[in-house]
Amino acid sequence: MKYLPNILFFILLSAGIGFFTFQIKKIIRYVRMGRPTDRSDRPAERWKTMALVALGQGKMVRRPLAGIMHILIYAGFFIINLEILEIILDGLLGTHRLFAPLLGEVYDFLIGSFEFLALGVLVACGVFLVRRYGGRVPRLVRSGDLKGWPSLDATIILFTEIVLMTLFLTMNAADSLLQERGAEHYVRAGAFPVSSFLHSFLQGFGENTLIFLERFCWWAHIIGVLAFLNYLPYSKHFHIILAFPNTYFSNLEPKGKLRTDENVLKEVKLMLDPSAQPEPVESGSLPSFGAKDVTDLTWKQLLDAYSCTECGRCTSECPAHLTGKLLSPRKIIMSVRDRLEELGRLRDKHGPDYKDDKTLLGHYITPEELWACTTCNACVEACPVNIDPLSVIIDLRRSLVMESSAAPAALNMMFTNIENNGAPWQFSPADRALWTTES
Amino acid sequence: MTIKTVAELAAEGKSPEFLFWVGCAGSFDDKAKKVSRALARLLTEAGIEFAILGTEETCTGDPARRAGNEFLFQMMALQNIQVLNQYGIKKIVTACPHCFNTLRNEYPTLGGHYEVYHHSQLLNELLKQGRIRVKPDAFKGKKVTYHDPCYLGRANGEYEAPRSLIRQVFKEIEEMERHGRQALCCGAGGAQMFKESEKGRKEVNVERTEDVLRVAPDIVAVGCPFCKIMIGDGVKHFEKEDKIRVADLAEILQEALDSPSAV
Repeated sequence: MKYLPNILFFILLSAGIGFFTFQIKKIIRYVRMGRPTDRSDRPAERWKTMALVALGQGKMVRRPLAGIMHILIYAGFFIINLEILEIILDGLLGTHRLFAPLLGEVYDFLIGSFEFLALGVLVACGVFLVRRYGGRVPRLVRSGDLKGWPSLDATIILFTEIVLMTLFLTMNAADSLLQERGAEHYVRAGAFPVSSFLHSFLQGFGENTLIFLERFCWWAHIIGVLAFLNYLPYSKHFHIILAFPNTYFSNLEPKGKLRTDENVLKEVKLMLDPSAQPEPVESGSLPSFGAKDVTDLTWKQLLDAYSCTECGRCTSECPAHLTGKLLSPRKIIMSVRDRLEELGRLRDKHGPDYKDDKTLLGHYITPEELWACTTCNACVEACPVNIDPLSVIIDLRRSLVMESSAAPAALNMMFTNIENNGAPWQFSPADRALWTTES
Repeated sequence: MTIKTVAELAAEGKSPEFLFWVGCAGSFDDKAKKVSRALARLLTEAGIEFAILGTEETCTGDPARRAGNEFLFQMMALQNIQVLNQYGIKKIVTACPHCFNTLRNEYPTLGGHYEVYHHSQLLNELLKQGRIRVKPDAFKGKKVTYHDPCYLGRANGEYEAPRSLIRQVFKEIEEMERHGRQALCCGAGGAQMFKESEKGRKEVNVERTEDVLRVAPDIVAVGCPFCKIMIGDGVKHFEKEDKIRVADLAEILQEALDSPSAV
């Protein structure tokens, strides 16, 4: 019976990590439903982009309040994870504060700084709750894009972080009080600059109650961490992991450069070169142009969708959205994820070639949204994790125009003009140099 | 003004240092044609050997591509590349950021490799080299702001050349709150220029012109023919055309020219 806690902990940890691995594999499978695109070039530049944008939070601080508060939570979670390692080892080995004798004063410093970070996380989560529920930040209001689940998701994330940090600090407070009272097993270790303020609430409790409280917080904290880890893949909070690969695989080309559609290029070359031989086409696999569904997007565009935390910085800078049009780049990305999850689950159930009667274009994203875009790149520039909503909009427009011939009439007119007179307006090509002689 | 075409030069066995890619707006739109003439004068002033394609120039395909017609874009691009390569064009200057972006970034994939300059970049270089001289007091007492074109700024990261150019003539630039990376679009890009806007509360160019009005400048400097049209219409919408002038960087520079041959 002596080893029961260790065994219990081992089972919990294995289940937590095992289920998380299972979910990660599922998401990798879904992302691979996308078309290939090569993002393996220029590794040095890629590491640098990741270091600046994800690790360094370079784009977050462009909005100072949200940026600094985010860094508090980010630093808190990142660094407190060092403590998780000790907690896991303690849990497996049945030790208490395993690293204390090894690190000496450094340990005191570390535990002390974790406490300040935990306090920082609490403060920032509080500020974020006020921003979300205060209704003063338009991109965070609980209507529009964020109606329903996305808002609930945000609330769950913030409350979980508050609960985890509270457990962590209460555990430390009980621990340090037990240390002061010389309780068995509770060796003097660590510095508790923040949690010691909780002592006044705990002084009245006896040793057994404090031990129970300390153990309860210890277990609840690590169970909470494992549960939160497994919540990530269902949540927009997944960005804490995917921000890194997503920025690594960023588009490194100038933002103005659009991807050349290779299927179109083959056709165009055939048209321009009468001697060219068409490649034999297998029946049932006619090339398609642009993107109608998530499987027509590249894997990077699908990774974008999983990396989005729905902060709405893109939408808050979109000229179409700012002037009341239907388009919201955030919603475009959210739709890609929703559709991918739907199709992914269906294919898990019915096999990898399964097709339902829905598509991203039409069922999730309407032409009105797509035609409101000015391709200004404000959304791409604003995204703190380098998501590219514009590329999705363009790919869907391509499908609308080239597969469905569904461009607005005015644009069809413009196409005709370009084809016939080499200009988007109806001017004669013979008049092209008249400007030189006018005054 | 007589400007030689590349074909004429080729007949003389010559090839220009720069091709001036005029673009459809620069060729046909009245506001943009003035910019083309200003740029041609400045290039002449600086002693740049340049020529135009004249009737051999066609749309780069940019608006077709942004509107989703990749077929038409590639057809136009491949045809243009054939013409440009046949004349051995190496360097291109254009006053249109859309042409600039397409020629610079999108033609290489299809076999067209050129050194492409937005006119603000080339003119700024010529100012630095002293090949163009300006009277520093040409716009004395006038307040100027600068509207970043999306396809020069965010799309290609060029925020500084136009500003450096403006500072040669104006003491300082009164920036709008949204500028540089965060500049608001004029509303014309992505083929919006050629269609009615989607249903909404207001037009994008009106929203942008409100940014302009908050600064209350005498001149809004622009670097794109479409921005010129859009902001110009916005200023008209607020009936401020007597107070606020929308002018391209080339027009501003031409008016400040310090040269005996200047008008």
